[in-house]
Amino acid sequence: MTEHHTDTGQFDQETGKLGMWIFLLTELFLFGGLFLVYAVFRAKYSLDFHNAAQELNTFIGTLNTVFLLTSSMTVAMALTAIQKNSPRLALFLVFITILFAALFMVNKYFEWTHKFSLHIYPGSPVLKNLQKGELLFFGLYYMMTGLHALHVFIGMILLSINLVKIRKNVVNSGHYLLLENSALYWHLVDLIWIFLFPLLYLIT
Amino acid sequence: MNMSHEKSHISTYTSLATVLVILLLLTTLSVGVTSYHLGAFAVAIALIIASVKVAIVITQFMHMKFESLFLKLMITGVFVIFALVIIITFSDYYFR
Repeated sequence: MTEHHTDTGQFDQETGKLGMWIFLLTELFLFGGLFLVYAVFRAKYSLDFHNAAQELNTFIGTLNTVFLLTSSMTVAMALTAIQKNSPRLALFLVFITILFAALFMVNKYFEWTHKFSLHIYPGSPVLKNLQKGELLFFGLYYMMTGLHALHVFIGMILLSINLVKIRKNVVNSGHYLLLENSALYWHLVDLIWIFLFPLLYLIT
Repeated sequence: MNMSHEKSHISTYTSLATVLVILLLLTTLSVGVTSYHLGAFAVAIALIIASVKVAIVITQFMHMKFESLFLKLMITGVFVIFALVIIITFSDYYFR
């Protein structure tokens, strides 16, 4: 902080963003590994994957895609709002983003409980009697969407912290790195879902 | 400070809304295409559409279009490495 560059805050802004991007790229490889496992087993057990994927509800998947894409826009708009020095609008947009994230989670809850009621959950007796490929599909389905849902949850916490910080004027038109990085994180959550959605729900 | 202010680009609300409309249209397209049973062809189309959507989100929503050359090169580079890892490993398994 003693560096003369930091008096404008710009130097921190650039390095802070660089750090966030490096983290996001490691996240890419985390999910990338799972995508790779999915691709390999899909090629190996294509018929089982085809049958198992038909269990998934395309409507819920599409709805969740719309929620996440829209929330990505609202968080990007929140950044624009804070840059243009309208914190009230930014607060509103961050709040809407959290609302969409919550709707996504509610949808996910209904989707998973429906699967549980059909006795499709990791380690269930029904699942053990399925074909090997179908077992792998549901294992990957729970792992990938579960890890993604965890990211949605963390994103909601990050955005809630932003709500408080904007209210306290800690995040403002001069210092908005926290909001910018949280928005980047939120967009990553969206990016992962953009690939998960066709792989799990559409390609049957 | 003036220089840095010129550098940080602010996206307009209308441009962000336009991007969302394009993304939603692409989603509709991929749902529509895969509802016809085209087999491997549908997989390819769905993944191409997903890649286009990802590219749009990164350049527009994540402001990559307006970032420094350093950041652009780093992110493009890592994505290229990522694609290579996926392609090489997958082809190894698939053609074994």
